[in-house]
Amino acid sequence: MAMRCRHCGQPAVINMRQHKLALCGEHFLAWVLKTTERTIEKYRMFSREDKILVAVSGGKDSLALWDILHRLDYRADGLYIGLGIDEGIRYSDESRTLTERFAEARGLHLTIVDVPGEYGVTIPEMAQRSRRGQGKPCSVCGLVKRHVMNRIARDGHYNVLATGHNLDDEAAALFGNTLRWQSGYLLRQSPVLEAAPGLARKVKPLVRFYEREMAAYALLRGIEYIEEECPFSVGAKSIAYKELLNQLEARSPGAKQGFYLSFLQAKKEGLFNLPSDEPDAPLHICPTCGQPTYAPGECAFCRMVAAVQR
Amino acid sequence: MTAKLILRKKEYEIRHGMTIRSALKKLEIPPESVLPTRGGELVSEEEILREGDVIRLVPVISGG
Repeated sequence: MAMRCRHCGQPAVINMRQHKLALCGEHFLAWVLKTTERTIEKYRMFSREDKILVAVSGGKDSLALWDILHRLDYRADGLYIGLGIDEGIRYSDESRTLTERFAEARGLHLTIVDVPGEYGVTIPEMAQRSRRGQGKPCSVCGLVKRHVMNRIARDGHYNVLATGHNLDDEAAALFGNTLRWQSGYLLRQSPVLEAAPGLARKVKPLVRFYEREMAAYALLRGIEYIEEECPFSVGAKSIAYKELLNQLEARSPGAKQGFYLSFLQAKKEGLFNLPSDEPDAPLHICPTCGQPTYAPGECAFCRMVAAVQR
Repeated sequence: MTAKLILRKKEYEIRHGMTIRSALKKLEIPPESVLPTRGGELVSEEEILREGDVIRLVPVISGG
């Protein structure tokens, strides 16, 4: 016999074993909205007075996040960063087209920053020309995206920057950080990073959802997203960690959720607090771009751009 | 006598009459990593495979 929706008894389209909850399409979509709203409130992420910038990549999570915030009546604009990744599948072009189409269909405001257009080099070219990342573009890509997101948030007077990280992303990052006991990363890993001078508050409203729930949301809402993975993510550690955690989840439903949420609880109870004689490093201001940086002088982004444009 | 599961460009023939979850287990595809769809509509992995079913599995893992 087919599994039934807990609320209406219609055939369920998704069974969330970690919640012991099966739902039909209609009730699942309502559940996603309610859960997101609860997450936003629980972690005091933002209110309807805030001006939110959503970082959108054309993937399921970020487009789903933008859709959810729009449906919940938050003031949320989008930012798409064109990275110039082609690799024979027109990855960046395709994801940009899908993002533009999404924004147009809903009458939403989208800012597009084209990295090759602004800096004269694509992300893979930057990776080749800089020492950072040793030919693999992921580290360069992260640096560029953080810089552009901070810049657009500052210039557009957005006080909140939202990203589509889901629970699987966070659990995989936590797994990696724990394997190496990277205390600095563990200390900073959080659904909310408070604003600092020159930096908007960073929030992750989807941290309570499994990745497959976001894919289900996108499918049910008819959101067209780029299914192809970034060609450079093949073999990425984060994907291997997700696969491992999913094996665990199949044997023990709720394992991923327990791992991540108990980490947040442990943090709240002070497990990863800085010793009182070690204050946060003071931020300096980059003389070239004006963004905060941990060391005096130019920030890592400006140094890299100067090096690759030489 | 069989149902078909499609994941990216790979097609798997499998006996009907079992749940999609059992089929995934047999094929060693972690159920958490895919979403089953029939005719473009999402279906629960607890659904029983019918004869001639074509189930497209949408991959859900992303990141890098």
